Amino acid sequence: MADEHIPQPIEILLVDDNDDDIVLLTESFADSRFLNILQVVHDGEEALEYLRQEGRYHSAKPPGLVLLDINMPRMNGFEVLQAMKSDPILRTLPVVMLTTSTRDEDIARSYAGGACSFVSKPVSFEKLKEVIKQFTLYWTLVSVVPQARLAEGL
Amino acid sequence: MTHENHKPSLDILVVDDNEDDVLLLQESLRDEPGVNLLHAVRDGEEAMSFLRRQGIYAAAPRPGLVLLDINMPKKNGFEVLSEMKDDPQLRGIPVVMLTTSNRDTDILNAYDCGACSFVTKPVSFDRLKMIAGHLVCYWTIVVRIPKTEE
Repeated sequence: MADEHIPQPIEILLVDDNDDDIVLLTESFADSRFLNILQVVHDGEEALEYLRQEGRYHSAKPPGLVLLDINMPRMNGFEVLQAMKSDPILRTLPVVMLTTSTRDEDIARSYAGGACSFVSKPVSFEKLKEVIKQFTLYWTLVSVVPQARLAEGL
Repeated sequence: MTHENHKPSLDILVVDDNEDDVLLLQESLRDEPGVNLLHAVRDGEEAMSFLRRQGIYAAAPRPGLVLLDINMPKKNGFEVLSEMKDDPQLRGIPVVMLTTSNRDTDILNAYDCGACSFVTKPVSFDRLKMIAGHLVCYWTIVVRIPKTEE
């Protein structure tokens, strides 16, 4: 927290194949106290293209944090996490698993694979809004993420 | 079945060589129900003994979360973090760096070594209390951490 009083908005990449969840999450983020920029991609392969600035994502801004669903077509969340953590540029990017799963083995596997948090999507919209509010508060006021520019130069 | 049944209780291992900072942290978490902040250890070597239950720590509980300072005698925070992440028994425990540093290189290095979060210790007690409250809320209510039973 270089500046203690002006929280910096962070850019978040949401990776989720469920359109209903995307709508609810987008609204929850819009509702939270802090301005965060939310980008959305729909599966694991697209996520890696975005993060590696490939193809149509060649000018995509590197996010400060990734919100990653587990069950997705083409490439699931664990595969994306593994690919990110074995990539020297992407490995420093904090990854938060955001999933309907509450299974202990998914939680253990996520942390062991290098995820920095595991969030279970609440079923009710009110609870989801509260979770996202606390989530944005934590990642803007309490914890800092690496500067994308520095990670690229590593 | 998500957050209603999710009992917010958390055993936190604090690794910090600054006794004043540990006292302030204990004080700021005094009103947080379910939070055990009893395991303050003073340097990196002691932290590894605690986590590996060696010597006087043979009966130590497995913490749900580690708050880890960077600059410490004997073994610094990055060394502790790297050793934890290389140990299959310990790699799943989330580690939050809690330090006076706000240097970009420390932040990047922490995430590179596998830290889950990087928190700069605020200078004022009021702010520390606020930050500690949000931190506990995040790690008990927002986030699920691996079960600590073995």
